[in-house]
Amino acid sequence: MASTDIIIHDKKDNVGVVVIEKVAPNQTCNCWIMEDDGSATVEAKNEVPLGHKLALMDLKEGDTIIKYGHDIGKVVKTIKKGEHVHVHNVKTKKW
Amino acid sequence: MEIPKSFLGYKRENGRVGTRNHVIILPVDDISNACAEAVANNIKGTIALPHSYGRLQFGADLELHFRTMIGTAKNPNVAAAIIIGIEPKWTKRIVDEVAKTGKPVEGFSIEGAGDIETIMKASKKAQEFSIWASEKQREECPVSDLWISVKCGESDTTSGLASNPTVGNLMDKLEPLGVHLCFGETSELTGAESVCAKRGKTKEAQDKFMKTWSDYNDFILKEATDDLSESQPTAGNIAGGLTTIEEKAFGNFQKIGSRQFIDVLTPAEEPVKGPGLYFMDTSSAAAECVTLQAAGGFNIHLFPTGQGNIIGNPIEPVIKLTANPLTAVKMKEHIDVDVSKILSRQMNLDQAGDELIKATLRVANGRFTCAEALGHKEFVMTKLYRSA
Repeated sequence: MASTDIIIHDKKDNVGVVVIEKVAPNQTCNCWIMEDDGSATVEAKNEVPLGHKLALMDLKEGDTIIKYGHDIGKVVKTIKKGEHVHVHNVKTKKW
Repeated sequence: MEIPKSFLGYKRENGRVGTRNHVIILPVDDISNACAEAVANNIKGTIALPHSYGRLQFGADLELHFRTMIGTAKNPNVAAAIIIGIEPKWTKRIVDEVAKTGKPVEGFSIEGAGDIETIMKASKKAQEFSIWASEKQREECPVSDLWISVKCGESDTTSGLASNPTVGNLMDKLEPLGVHLCFGETSELTGAESVCAKRGKTKEAQDKFMKTWSDYNDFILKEATDDLSESQPTAGNIAGGLTTIEEKAFGNFQKIGSRQFIDVLTPAEEPVKGPGLYFMDTSSAAAECVTLQAAGGFNIHLFPTGQGNIIGNPIEPVIKLTANPLTAVKMKEHIDVDVSKILSRQMNLDQAGDELIKATLRVANGRFTCAEALGHKEFVMTKLYRSA
């Protein structure tokens, strides 16, 4: 089994979480999909540290981020597949 | 793994079982702290629980104060209690309620006597209690005598992916054995509130949850100067990769596994509907939440952390687990159970849940938690509004 760089909680998720110290730009990352024990790969565009999220597809302003199979916020700045997803490009829908 | 059927606990007069055998010196109010601490300093085997409130409170806020005081002293981890307040009336109210458990309890009031005389009298009684409690022996008790509360803190994405689901796995395995379970953190379920409400076992429990959450949300909307985005998620959460309160909430929610809750408790309320999972309306601040759960009668606590929360409680042992491999190394002295191997797929949730059950039973049997060994005993009263 290839080592896991990124964990994807649910098949529906459009983001994954880095579980190694960091992923580097242009690194091909091995993803483990927890829900069905599946695998995937994604190429990182930025350096993303442990615990932080990376986009699994292109996302545009107004799109919804899905994690745990649920809505966790909205995109406020275009995100390309493989880019770091965090407070600079995603906001809560609550407040 | 076959789950052990029993642990070694202290059987109390009212049938409850303690995982600890504390003799507490409990001040009713802030100005009685000095007296309580002097008594605990005089008499070995006792512990003072100083705090910041208890004067000029009124209404629901005062009732919560009493519920927390009384519940703390009633907790089965407490063998005996000395209650010290400035005035006799409020002191007696607490003593009378605690006495109903059958445990030794005595109250002292300072007004008219002064600190020194009160310290002398209370110390004599505390010495009696301490020597009496020191003879108590642990006995074999069924696992169903465990009342387990949970709360996570300094969470990051590893919490939602692994350490919180480990707690959920433990809940799924222990609930069928008749254990009492409790989760809280009203504010940190924001974003997952409607999904969480559906976990209520009855329509009544579901409605009660939504009412509790809505009341909290209304309060935030009324009081907030902007919104909670500066404090929810916290700077620590954001550093750990959590982006929004919704993400934090769905991660938080993993702690209850696939369980359903049978009732919603007010802060510090003791559950009365039998074994199973309860939701308690609490703040998400770690020390406040655990203090309320301990006052509700819970005798052992599980605390998953990502970035490394260090909290402990004076009477309820707090077991910390983390799935963050950096925290597990850098903050090793705070981590009782390391489940970071889940992230590298060298351990699965089932195995992690078993490890946590083993650790929980060892701590229930008397093993010190990291927080106990480090002297963490955060006792923090929840205040609903300002005093008169």
